[in-house]
Amino acid sequence: MKKLIIASLILAVSGPAFAQKYMTRTGKISFNATSPKSPEKIEAVNNEVAAILDAKTGDFVFQLPVKSFKFERDLMQQHFNENYMESDKFPKAQFKGKIANMQEVNLEKDGSYKTTVAGELTIHGVAKTVSVPGTVVVKGGNATASAKFTVHLADYKVEVPTVVADKVAKDAVIIVDAAMAKK
Amino acid sequence: MRKFILATALLGLGFTAARAQSADSLLDELDKETKPTKKEEVNFTFKATRINNTSSVENLAKGVLDFRVCHRFGLLNQGAENFFGLDNATTKLALDYGITSWLMVGVEHSTLNKENDLFAKVKLLKQRKDGTPVTISYFGNISAVRKSTLPLPTGAEWHFSNQLAYTNQILIARKFNDRFSLQIMPTLVHYNLVDSSKFSNNTLALGIGGRIKLSRRVAITGEYYYRLTNSDMFVIGSTAKTYNALALGVDIETGGHVFQLMFSNSFTNTERVIIGQTSDSWSDGGIHFGFNISRVFTVVKPKEFRGKEGKW
Repeated sequence: MKKLIIASLILAVSGPAFAQKYMTRTGKISFNATSPKSPEKIEAVNNEVAAILDAKTGDFVFQLPVKSFKFERDLMQQHFNENYMESDKFPKAQFKGKIANMQEVNLEKDGSYKTTVAGELTIHGVAKTVSVPGTVVVKGGNATASAKFTVHLADYKVEVPTVVADKVAKDAVIIVDAAMAKK
Repeated sequence: MRKFILATALLGLGFTAARAQSADSLLDELDKETKPTKKEEVNFTFKATRINNTSSVENLAKGVLDFRVCHRFGLLNQGAENFFGLDNATTKLALDYGITSWLMVGVEHSTLNKENDLFAKVKLLKQRKDGTPVTISYFGNISAVRKSTLPLPTGAEWHFSNQLAYTNQILIARKFNDRFSLQIMPTLVHYNLVDSSKFSNNTLALGIGGRIKLSRRVAITGEYYYRLTNSDMFVIGSTAKTYNALALGVDIETGGHVFQLMFSNSFTNTERVIIGQTSDSWSDGGIHFGFNISRVFTVVKPKEFRGKEGKW
């Protein structure tokens, strides 16, 4: 019995040391907060998302500088940083969690795997527990993790002033697309 | 049996702890891997490309066109008969364009003296967090006024160059914190035509400007030019006294616009007039109300937005 426990402990401790990791520094996250009454589309893309996936445990984290969101209109980008996201105060957004059904994802075999990703998403300094469906596409030894989900702006204390309340969507659609290579 | 259950439970707990820890350690790993090579830029020192009348260190983004309408009304001390100056106004229409993120150019026409201006603003240095302490830009402008406003003696030979004046400024700004930004601007204005028996062609001035944000969308602003030379120069075409220029204003941001409302002792807002030819005095109630409205258009889309639509 004792031996079993010791063996298990050793396994638990040494496991991560052998873990294969997948990583990128140029993942992509885009969002859309256009409402039917928006005079122009409110969308932006960030190509500086850093992400790591631990192939063994399914632990998955990503992090991005908020200021790196590019908008079609520079003035909107300025307002996004200055007035909505307060990116001087909260320079980074991040997610830490795991792919819950990692055992179903075979990173050695090309294919597309449906996943559930659960963890803690931090935007505008507010951390919330989320669980969203995603996909992992394995091709030629690389893994691309993607997901599309919505966040309720008020949950993250992103204030929309009343004068433009109907011109910004209450929920933003977020698309994550992280093409990771073996580290 | 009991022991076995206990051991399993402990093991389970251990695993859970290890799991949470490993997500955190992955984050630490990311932090190490993504250490920025350059220190972070400090942005949005001012809300607009002008503090009140003259330039801030802010540039338009690449591919952005800015159409500006600037009104300056008559004197407040003209009293109720002239509706405190509002019956009387000068207008400046301007088109500014961002060629690159560090170079913007503009053309302007002002109704006072029928002045036409061409300018360029170049970003030389950018303030960075825990790094470079200031942002530095160069502003240069050529201005031409209508012939008839110039005091050329009759019979004298006329050259187009007589109409010209040049402004050169170094803009040095620091955003001290989210609320407070300060800018100083050593300035040289060269007037091609002056009464050279009395005055120099060069007016050297030191400007200071700043903003204090009251809320996310409202800021109070101010700018002042102190002339180091030529401070006794007359107003163009007359023998009226000139004053150092002082403006105090409010920036109000609404959705897609920045409105700038201000009080100043200048009747227009071209560098040529503001810095060396401001004709009124605050102490005599020689104050003009004015505003700038700007509307920006994205002419060249950023590369991330070219040629794809409707993925949502």
